Amino acid sequence: MTETFISWGMDADWAWGVATIAGILLIALPLMLAVAMIIYADRKIWAAIALRRGPNVVGPFGLLQSFADGLKVFLQETIIPTSANRGLFLIAPIITFTVALMAWAVIPFNSGAVLADINVGLLYILAISSLGVYGVILSGWASNSKYPFFSALRASAQMISYEVSIGFILIGVVLFADSFNMNEIVKAQQGHGLGIVNAFGFNLLLFPLAVMFLISSLAETARAPFDLTEAESELVAGYQTEYSSMSFALFWLGEYANVLLMCTLNAVLFWGGWLPPIDWAPLYAVPGIIWLFAKILFFFFVFSWVKATVPRYRYDQLMRLGWKVFLPISLLWIFLISGWLMLTRYG
Amino acid sequence: MILIAAFYLFATLVIASAVMVIFARNPVHSVMWLILAFFNAAGLMLLVGAEFIAMLLVIVYVGAVAVLFLFVVMMLDIDFAELRAGFVRYMPLGALVAVILAAELIFALGAWSAGKIDLAARAAPVVTDKSNIQQIGELLYTRYIFLFEAAGIVLLVAMIGAIVLTHRQRGGVRIQNISEQNKRRPEDATRMVDPGVGQGVEL
Repeated sequence: MTETFISWGMDADWAWGVATIAGILLIALPLMLAVAMIIYADRKIWAAIALRRGPNVVGPFGLLQSFADGLKVFLQETIIPTSANRGLFLIAPIITFTVALMAWAVIPFNSGAVLADINVGLLYILAISSLGVYGVILSGWASNSKYPFFSALRASAQMISYEVSIGFILIGVVLFADSFNMNEIVKAQQGHGLGIVNAFGFNLLLFPLAVMFLISSLAETARAPFDLTEAESELVAGYQTEYSSMSFALFWLGEYANVLLMCTLNAVLFWGGWLPPIDWAPLYAVPGIIWLFAKILFFFFVFSWVKATVPRYRYDQLMRLGWKVFLPISLLWIFLISGWLMLTRYG
Repeated sequence: MILIAAFYLFATLVIASAVMVIFARNPVHSVMWLILAFFNAAGLMLLVGAEFIAMLLVIVYVGAVAVLFLFVVMMLDIDFAELRAGFVRYMPLGALVAVILAAELIFALGAWSAGKIDLAARAAPVVTDKSNIQQIGELLYTRYIFLFEAAGIVLLVAMIGAIVLTHRQRGGVRIQNISEQNKRRPEDATRMVDPGVGQGVEL
């Protein structure tokens, strides 16, 4: 995009700046729209599985429900509890929301269509997702209230535990792709499965990692069955209890943007990203971004499906799954993968 | 132009937030300023082209170490009056440590820039087309392999030590045995009975 602006007669620095800002807007604005629609989709899928109708009043098929909710929340009064730590109380939702948007900078939407094509893309994602925990801890602590604090402690322990195994799972992908660059990872998946299928997930060595990554991403975004942080039967609404109005909406938006990000990561890392599922020339006529969106939506459907059908984990079970099951298996898998690659690729 | 602006932005923020770590009254605020300092230090690393180190700094320090700090600080029950009461008593010792540290820093910097070190070789990175991670990996797994493994063993020992020191066996705790639960079938726990009227069921 920078070249286009330079060809319009701009200074190189200016062109870079304008192109970057345009790129950010091109990602962030559709993302916000997508979040609004995905909240609607989540409620509809959940309702359909529970044999209810779901939102169907505002707009055709209730499509405008999220916008109506947004407007309602926007018009409400922001209530700050008197004993809350004012500054941190207001910063916490902003951190959650900003961090949820930041990670999208390195997601490749098509061949080369990425805002920041950096060498350490995957590490950047790990770094940003490890920041997400601060919004939760701070909101819990700054609310100066019992339930939010419990929730904050739970959330931070949960996110840190699952980040460990996510890190090891990602190392498996990096070993196969031979790069941390997101675009390179997608390209490495071309014809990976028997020369036909464009996905790491069909590799027998990587399929268990793909399954573990899907489950870990549920835990990382605190979605059901791992939604202990806002378990309404125990903690009211968890760290969001004291929030109202726009600060509450920011949590809500950030949470769903994170869910979309995790769906995208599943698609990009294991299921071919913007590549068509099968390495067959006519399929490449469809733009890559459509393949990516189809995969994201599929994983979002899986997320909603799980939310509607699986009962909530108990906290000790959650910790056991993270530390005693996923961590040893993912460690073992790194040995297996590096051994296999030493035998076949580098041997 | 952008690079210079970014450098001054990050550098000012690192120093300002480091100062705020000391001056913030609330310890939780101190940790938050510390996180901001880590973050901007990572930004400085990015500017010199050490993207791998920058990301590691954020993942390890911001993502893990600072969270633990925050945990500890949030749990503390700090009495500010008591803290301030000790201030005058510890002031001379603190000042001494600060002076020694400052002197060492100045000394080290002076020796580094004035000594007999070959100035031309000092800051001359080898330009290659390999990425940061590959270069570090090649050095780490060839030239420094023994030091790397020694560091790994030290960390392992520290980890085992921490577990041994804090692990305690508590009696009377009922622990869930997951595999036993999964092995349980309906037949093990239930039985069908068809009691006659007024007879009841033998348990």
